[in-house]
Amino acid sequence: MEPPANLKYTESHEWVRTEADGKLAVGITDHAQEALGDLVFIELPQVGRTVQAGEAIGVVESVKAASDIYAPVAGDVVEVNSGVTETPEQVNADAYANWLYKLKPANPGDTGKLLDAAAYAKVVGDA
Amino acid sequence: MLRQTPLNAVHRASGAKMVDFGGWDMPLSYGSQIEEHHAVRRDAGMFDVSHMLSVDLAGAGGRAFLRYALANNVDKLAAPGKALYSCLLSPAGGVLDDLITYFLREEAFRLVVNAATADKDVAWLTALNSERGEMISLKPRRDLAMIAVQGPKAREKLWQALPGSRAASDALKPFVATQFGDIFIARTGYTGEDGFEITLPQSEAMALWNALATVGVRPCGLGARDTLRLEAGMNLYGQDMTEADSPLESGLAWTVDLRSPRDFVGKSALASAPATRQLLGLLLLDKGGVLRGGQKVRSAHGDGQITSGTFSPTLAQSIALARLPGGVAPGDTVEVEIRAKPHTARVVKPPFVRNGKPLVS
Repeated sequence: MEPPANLKYTESHEWVRTEADGKLAVGITDHAQEALGDLVFIELPQVGRTVQAGEAIGVVESVKAASDIYAPVAGDVVEVNSGVTETPEQVNADAYANWLYKLKPANPGDTGKLLDAAAYAKVVGDA
Repeated sequence: MLRQTPLNAVHRASGAKMVDFGGWDMPLSYGSQIEEHHAVRRDAGMFDVSHMLSVDLAGAGGRAFLRYALANNVDKLAAPGKALYSCLLSPAGGVLDDLITYFLREEAFRLVVNAATADKDVAWLTALNSERGEMISLKPRRDLAMIAVQGPKAREKLWQALPGSRAASDALKPFVATQFGDIFIARTGYTGEDGFEITLPQSEAMALWNALATVGVRPCGLGARDTLRLEAGMNLYGQDMTEADSPLESGLAWTVDLRSPRDFVGKSALASAPATRQLLGLLLLDKGGVLRGGQKVRSAHGDGQITSGTFSPTLAQSIALARLPGGVAPGDTVEVEIRAKPHTARVVKPPFVRNGKPLVS
């Protein structure tokens, strides 16, 4: 699946969507779910936690492997999606429709440093 | 360059995710490994296991050679076709490999060994044979392919896919094999379900695979094979036991025949080193992660380690095999460290699942 053009991306395979209220919804990319295989466990950060860009703040685990998830930018965790922790396979079914958690960015301009869809497609192509 | 089985092209054409498994380019899954797992528990699935090696032993000394080479007692094989699971031990009593021996007919046996250990096994058996005065001839059969068809509907579907095979294999009991033309059909497997393992000429493998797919047998990869065997409480060589481990500390005491007067490789070492540890099952009691090989286990009797762990699709819970101190017993609770956090697991006696049914909860 092509990375959607309206999202931003990290080299560690997270996607980021800026919501109308300025919060950032964060998920893992289709490439990430495909590489991991059937997801069976997702651990998300506590709501209220302050995180730094690039900090490992959670885990996605498939039948065969575990992988850390990283904060794309600095900010505070304001919401987590309990739906995906209860049924992680939703993320396999549609990685871009299922955000994992939402961040209130410390600095809204930071998303400008993230990859756009074309740059991420290149990362995946090179991988 | 990875080695390829005769079914490599069909795996790639089916869009399988391929991985390096012991130097072989093998399918990990063809999509969802959990769906493949369920297909085997509920219906029928097939695995390309052509990376495993058949080694044929011929000669009047075959039985005497195997009496000495194997930890299990080949004299349990009285009727032609019967199979025996055994370890191949080092003189120090460590597990060199686990294998199945088929008694084909007088003066003819077939060993089926693991892919990653195949070359080492052949070299070891060849050396042992020369040390014992060339009792037998050894013939590795890389000309053969192997397909495992497993699941409650597996036998029926093989009979549909392979005309004439029903009459030849209908009456086979578990752990017995028969020859059907140039196809060797064994009622064995590595999933805890009924089914067959079929050994046949490489040139015929593709046609059988396609015929099985046509009657609805689902192709399954190594991912599902691993979750199925772990639910069935079956060891994986290289993970649950290695040359550094005693079979008596690997849940395999039932395969080591210490009672018969015969001598065999590793016997004296085992007799002088009683087991102080044991391989048991673990069931993770919370949903806080997945048990994995290498994780530390703390018990009231000391520490142990997980040798294989995964998420069980049948139980929807994480399960593992773990090497634990001797005093630990099924029913005990232990603590497993997952990502530096303690989690509670219950000790159980494997298997976890057999013939589609959970045996633990």
